[in-house]
This record gives sequence, C-alpha cells and structure tokens, in this order.
Amino acid sequence: MGMGAGLAMLSRETAGDTEQAFVTLSVADQLCGIPVLGVRDILAEQAITRIPLAPREVAGSLNLRGRIVTAIDLRRRLRLADAPAGDARMSVVAEQGGELYALLVDQVSEVLNLPTSAFEPNPATLPANWAAYSAGIYRLQGRLLVVLDIARLLALSAEA
Amino acid sequence: MDDLLADFLTETGESLAELDVALVRLERAPEDGATLSLIFRLVHTIKGTCGFLGLPRLERVAHASENVLGRVRDKVLPVTPDLVSAVLAGIDRIKTIVAGLGATGAEPDGDDAALIAALDTASEGRAPPAAMPAALPVTEPASPVAAAPANAPEPAAEPPGGGQTIRVGVDVLEDLMTLVSELVLTRNQLLQIARGHEDGAFAVPLQRLSHITSDLQEGVMKTRMQPIGHAWNKLPRLVRDLARDLDKKIELTMLGAETELDRQVLELIKDPLTHMVRNSGDHGLETTAERRAAGKSDAGRITLNAFHEGGHIIIEIADDGRGLPVERIRAKVIDKGLATAAELAGMTDAQIQGFIFRPGFSTAAAVTAVSGRGVGMDVVKTNIERIGGTVDLKSVAGQGTSFTIKIPLTLAIVSALIVEAGGERFAIPQLSVMELVRAGAAAEPGAGQEPGATVIEHIGQTPVLRLRDRLLPLIRLADLLRLDAPPARPAEGAASLHIVVAQVGGAIFGIIVDRVFDTEEIVVKPVAPILRHMTMFSGNTILGDGSVIMILDPNGIARATGIGAGDGRQLAEAHGDGLAPPGARSDERTSLLLFRAGGEETMAVPLGLVARLEDLPREAIEMSAGQAVTQYRGALMPLVALTGEIDLARPRQPVLVFTDGERTGGRERSMGLVVDAIVDVVQDALRVELAGDRPGLLGTAVIAGRATDVIDTGYWLTRAFHDWFGKAGGGPAGRGAHRVLVVEDSAFFRQLLVPALAAAGYDVTACADAGAALRLLDGGEMFDAIVSDIEMPGMSGLAFVGRLRAGGAWAELPVIALSGRANAAEIAAGRAAGFTDYVQKFERDALLRSLAQCLAARGEQRLAA
Repeated sequence: MGMGAGLAMLSRETAGDTEQAFVTLSVADQLCGIPVLGVRDILAEQAITRIPLAPREVAGSLNLRGRIVTAIDLRRRLRLADAPAGDARMSVVAEQGGELYALLVDQVSEVLNLPTSAFEPNPATLPANWAAYSAGIYRLQGRLLVVLDIARLLALSAEA
Repeated sequence: MDDLLADFLTETGESLAELDVALVRLERAPEDGATLSLIFRLVHTIKGTCGFLGLPRLERVAHASENVLGRVRDKVLPVTPDLVSAVLAGIDRIKTIVAGLGATGAEPDGDDAALIAALDTASEGRAPPAAMPAALPVTEPASPVAAAPANAPEPAAEPPGGGQTIRVGVDVLEDLMTLVSELVLTRNQLLQIARGHEDGAFAVPLQRLSHITSDLQEGVMKTRMQPIGHAWNKLPRLVRDLARDLDKKIELTMLGAETELDRQVLELIKDPLTHMVRNSGDHGLETTAERRAAGKSDAGRITLNAFHEGGHIIIEIADDGRGLPVERIRAKVIDKGLATAAELAGMTDAQIQGFIFRPGFSTAAAVTAVSGRGVGMDVVKTNIERIGGTVDLKSVAGQGTSFTIKIPLTLAIVSALIVEAGGERFAIPQLSVMELVRAGAAAEPGAGQEPGATVIEHIGQTPVLRLRDRLLPLIRLADLLRLDAPPARPAEGAASLHIVVAQVGGAIFGIIVDRVFDTEEIVVKPVAPILRHMTMFSGNTILGDGSVIMILDPNGIARATGIGAGDGRQLAEAHGDGLAPPGARSDERTSLLLFRAGGEETMAVPLGLVARLEDLPREAIEMSAGQAVTQYRGALMPLVALTGEIDLARPRQPVLVFTDGERTGGRERSMGLVVDAIVDVVQDALRVELAGDRPGLLGTAVIAGRATDVIDTGYWLTRAFHDWFGKAGGGPAGRGAHRVLVVEDSAFFRQLLVPALAAAGYDVTACADAGAALRLLDGGEMFDAIVSDIEMPGMSGLAFVGRLRAGGAWAELPVIALSGRANAAEIAAGRAAGFTDYVQKFERDALLRSLAQCLAARGEQRLAA
C-alpha cells in the first residue's frame, strides 16, 4: 500500500493551495473518501466470522495478522440496500480509541489529492443517512465525493 | 524518579504489608520474640533507608515508631493493644507518606507532631509494669542492627539458604505472557497445517517446537503465580481494627495461604475477599454478649481456606456467627421490591438467602462505617463471575455462614470446547462443561431403545433432557443466538443431537449444538468496545486455523435464559441427586406435568415420577387377558386408563410411563397410564389443599393459579401391578400440623411419599440418605416424626435409627420403618434397632395410621412428663 506515497502527496503544495489525500472507495455506487492518514490497511475479501446478536451494522470479526478486527458493513451503517450476495467486498481498516475496525465497502480505488479550497460543507440536498456520517463533499468532474467521518461512523457503542 | 527511590518504594511497600501482619500477630502473642525482632528490623530498615535517601519526614515517623518497638524489645514496655495501636498509627502515616512519594517523587507536606508525640508518650511507657530497673538502657537499643542507624540500606530479609531472586517489573512479565500466548496460538496453527501434510520433513522440529512452547508457557505462567497469602496480607489488620471498632472478639484463621494463583486473578479477587471478610465480621458475627447468650465462645471465628481442586482455586470464607436471617432478608426483598411475597413463598431458604447477591441489597439494619452501603455482595458476585468464577453460599441459622468461591487458576490461556451451531463455530470454556451427550429425539415405543438411554423429550413446548436420574432444561444454541438454520444436512441430524451439559453455580443445563469439534487451548481476548454489552460472550479468540471465533459465556447464557434464577436448580432438586441440598421441602416448587383425562379439567402429577411420555398408535395397544398392554422396550407393559376405559377409537393415545427399576433387582418394570392429552409442564409448589375422597386422587392443589386434581400415582401403579408396593391397605388418614422427615434413597418413592404425606396435612421434608438426614440434625432442624427406609446405600435404616437413639435432639422421636420385606424376624430386628413401628412399602394408609398413632402417643408422653 502506498502509504509513503500518500504522505508525500499530502505534503505537496501547489500554487499556495494545500492538498489533502483521500483513499477513494465506492458504496452502492456512491464515491466516498477517507483521509489517507486515518487508514491503517486495505484488505481484499476476508473470511469474516459472524457475531450473533450483534448490532446489524456489525458484519463480524476478522483476523488481521493476529489482531481481531471488528468489521462494520458500511452499506448497513448508511442504511443502504445490502450488497448482492456473492459479491467480493473489500475493507478499509481504521483505528478508533485503540481498536481496529474494518469498514466493508464495495470497491476501493485510487488515492486522490484534492485541494482543501475545494472542500465544501454538506449540501442541504444530501440525504439524511449520508449527511449523518459525511464531513463534507468535493465536487469532481460530474461526480460527488463524500468525505466520511470515521469517528461518527464508528461511534456505534454510544447508540447501542 | 530515580531508580534508588523506585527500589525503595517497592521494598518499603512489601515491608509495610508484612508489618501489618506481624504487629497483629505480636499483639496476640506478646512473648513471640521472633515476631518482635522481625518488626523491629523492618521498621529499622525503613528508617535507615530514609536517612540515606534524605526523606526527613518519613525518617522522623519511623524513628519514633522504632523507639517504641525498641523499648518493647528490651522488655521495658509490655505489649498492649494501645501500644500496638500507636505503632500501627505510625505505620499508617508511613504508608501515607510513601504513597505521596510514589505519586510525586517527593515527600508530601504534613504535620506529624501529634503522632510523634503520641509515639513518644507510648515509648515513655505511661503504664510501665511495676518498678523497672533503672539500669536498663533507655537510649538507643544496643543491638548490632541498631548501632548503625543511618547506613546504606541493609539487604532486608536475606533469603535463607541461597535461592537468588531478582526484581522484575510486572509489565515485563505481562508482555512476556502476551508473547507466549501468541506463540501458543502460532504453534497451534502450525500443528494444524502440519496435520494435512504428513510428509515428515517438518514433523520432528515441529514436535520439538511444540514441546518447547508448552514448557515456555508453563514457565512464564509460573512467574505470574503468587501465593494467595499476598491477597490476605491486609486481613489480620483489618479484622483487628474491625474487632476494636465493633467491640467484638474476632479470631481470624487463614489456611492454605501458600496456594498459588495467577497474579491477574489475585488482583481481581483481592477486593471481593476483603469485602467478604469485612461483612463476616460486621454482619455475620454476633456481639460478645449475644454469643454468650447463645452458648458460644466469646470470640467469633472467621476462617479463610484456600486450596486447589481440578484446575480451580477454591476459597472458602466461613464464620461461626448467626447465619443469614431468612426472615429479615425476606422482609427486605419485599421492601425493596425485588420479589413479591407470593414469589418468595415458593422459594427455599437458600434461594431467599441468595438475594443478598442482588444489586441494591444490604442486610444491615443500620448502615455502619464498615459495611452495609448496599454495594456489597452483588459487586462481589459480578467481579468473581467476570473472571469465570462462581460464588455459592451456605448458611445455617445460629451456626454461621460460609461462602465458597471457585475461580480458574489463570485467565490467560483456557481450554475450550469448539462447537458448531447454525453454521458458526463457538468456543465454550471447558471449565463449565460437565460432559457431552449424544441424544436421540423421543423414540417410538418398542423401538428397542436401551433403558436409561438419554432422550430429549418435549413436554408442551419445553424440551428437556432426561439424563440418568435428572431432568435438565435444554437450550438450542442456534435459537438462543438467533442464527438461521444451518444448511440442511443428511437426515442423521434428526436422529441424534449433540448436547453440551454445562454447569453454572448450582444450575445444570444442556446446550444443543449441531457439531462438536476438538478442545483447543485459546487465549481469551476481550471483544471490541461496541460489543461489550453482549453478555452471551466472554470474549473472542483466533483459532489454530486462523479464524476468529466467539467465546460463549455460560454465565451469560444461564442468565439470558433464566436458568440461573432457579429453574435448573429446581429441576435438579426435584430429582434428588447428589447436587441437591440435603432436604427437599414439600412446599418447594416442583415440576408438575399437567394433563387431561375424562374431562376439561387439568390434572397433575409430579414430573419426577414420570419416566417417559409416549404417544402410542392405536395398533400398538393390544388386549391380553382382559388387560390392555403394549410392547414396550422388549417387554409387555400394562396400560391403565385414568378414565377407566381406553378409548380405542382414537388413532393415537398419549401415555405417561412410570418405571421403577430400582426395586426389582435392576430389572425395569413399567406401566402406562393412559390419558386424553398432555397439556404442559409448570413449576409450582405442590401443596395439596383438599384431601381427595375419590380413589386415585391425592386431592386438589392450586397449580398455575387453577384448582387441579393431583393423581395418587401409587393407586394407579397398584392397578397395573398389585404387588408394586406390597399389599394395599385402607383406613382413615391422620391429620396434624406435624413436621415429618422422610429418609428414602429412591427418588421414585420419595416423590410418592412426599405428596401423600403432605396431602394428609404433614409438613414433609425429604432426604435421599441417612447422611443428609444427620446433617439436618446437626443443623438444628427438629421434626415430630421420621419415616425411614431400611435398605439404603451408605448408612442403612437400622444403623441410622441406632445413631438417633444413641443420643441427640432426635433421640426420642418416633421413627417408622419402611420396607419392602416384612417377615417377623425383620420386624423384630427393626424394633430392636430402635424403630417405633414398621410399615410395608407403600401402604399409604397404614403409614398414615401409624404416624397418627405414634404422634398421639408422643403427645401423651409429653403431657405426662
């Protein structure tokens, strides 16, 4: 994983404008971004152990090099339709309060450097389920990138 | 903080703990020269080191304390409680200063003038014994140790006879333990992979790696082991202060202090133990005056006992105080709204006493400074359960209370059974698994099943497992965890089920799983914070094959299904096996089978009497010599209809099967009672209110809120086999509010006798053997009459009655013998042994007549006396 490259890009300044690097991913065809610095790992499809009686969003737990990581289904967290059965899904591992969590997404794609000046607050038209976990948006060519707020996404215990 | 100071703090901490213990010992044995020298040396070392490190405040306090001790050692002053208190106050101050030192690295501010003055007063000996020779040295004690007061710290307590030790930080050991745990997991993983490749190139080195890992694990575990005495260090001091505060005399006995357990476990039980000892002293023990009035020794006794037992540590905390007051607990439970009076009415004393573990419960009428803040025993129980332990209590009025704590040796690595349910695998800690059972669903009658095979029976909607002499509640794990049904597997799933029999505290229950795999050593890891609220799991782990698995918490399962609340225990009690308490009172809740026969009203029979429930197809019922029979387990079983006639028009016929294999030389004899429909199984107290005048009915009882006829099983059994119990008799039933003790080894006959006697108005207590009965005698229980079997395992009825007649509270009680045999010689032997009367089993009316006569005769004797 090009964490080093990401950091280099992060510190690159162009014409007095700072940029921030995002890992981009898609959930139910929506493009999302997570700041590179918040990402610990990116995993291809993993064997996930179901946890009975757990909140719906908890997909289960997986073994990440000897550490037990709780997997959160981002589609369910965002109250979207479940992924079609049999689809291979990837995970983005993030840390919260010393614990690792794997966010199950449909696809992880490239790392994008975006100028901070282009960052916008959530538009009023953003659906409520997205607005709850969105820190703000970027308008790319013809596409909207939602910047996910990891802290809010993982604040499951407070709601449970 | 510099290393020197850190070392000093560690060393002083240990010395201080030792000092507390030693001072209390000295107070009790003032002549103990060795203890005195130890105390002196410890205080002196602290003082010496302080001077060296430049800690003036600490040095002054230590010096003043040392002065007092010096005078005692030189026999200028006697050891008095006041003097010991003064020194303890000094030690306490040293502790405070040391704590401050540890927190900030510098001595905290404070004024010790008053304390030092008090110590000086003590050392001047306000009340020295008689005239002391003026020649005695009054200045520094002239011992070689004391001669160099401000020197470098001497090596305190030189380890006798070699045995070198070094100090290692606990965090280093913890890290080592974590690494070893991971190594064990990796080793397991390698072994698993190797199992698939038997080519041998890696087999030998892998074997070696495996052995070394095991040895390493054991070695590292050993470094974490500490004697439990470390957790008890504070107790002598605590008990001493408690005794002074409460003006009681308390003796503390500590047994098995050298028993070792994991440091982590030790830390976790320290506080619960302290709390329990404090409770025993405060609530458990009476005041000296009360003890004298009760004819006990002045000093109350608190005994701590620790020992190993099968991978666990057992810690007992017992006092010889007043016992838990059931009536006050009952009142308090109602007062606090923890249960209703009606619920309590159906509970045993032990169950009511169990309420002290409920949150928000505290028995002390007044909140004392010592205990009784209502955060007591529930916290203790929670803390112990959190580490996979259990706590049980036993209390006898007037004789004291004892708590038994059972905890695992270590928490780091546990052995767990891997099972599968609903397509997922789970680990169940081996600690709570009693056995594994394969059971079939209730088989067709006459299917040639061996007698005693384990079968799952469905009674109403409730599945139960009949395992040997016990009925166990069953939980289907997949249902409990709301897992989808597993993908359909070959039909064998229906034919047999895997049941994990688990025990939590006194409750035993079966967990139905789909498959059982190996046991594995697992390292318990806590679940993520967002899952902590789930009580069904105690953690998770990574298995040898690298997959993540959830660890089930049997405590949580029992709580979630309400088994811990008493159902399981009651089922066990109703079947009177060794796990049940010695007595089973007739107003205890029992499982009752409800059914219908010849009408809409429900009828009841104690479930424990019923061996099996069958649903016979019409074709299976045959007539033989005017008697309906069916082929059942390779023999003919007579069928008797409760309504008088079997309705052969019905396609299927529900039958209650009664079996007694114990009385006929091991050969099982069965009869079937034909009913219309089986309704349900309920838990209720069997109190027969109206004695029945219809044959075959014991009377009417209120069960589940409805008047229900309780059948007299004995009557129906004799309809099938006239000689089932011997000859039937007839006559009026005796009545009276007398307490009767039934001693009978056969659960079957016990279940017959208890309701029959209860229906006749007796308050009945049942015991499974003479030993249990004698325990009741020791427990101060009193009865008006005893009914005892003659042939019993262990102590026979003859020996039992001999024991009673030899003296004690029950020496004069009428004791009626029950026996299947009855010849003149037998009867004569019985009378010679001390039996009052002799009744054949089971002549209900003869027994009732005999009881009435014996009690009347006894009443007259009493009047005459």
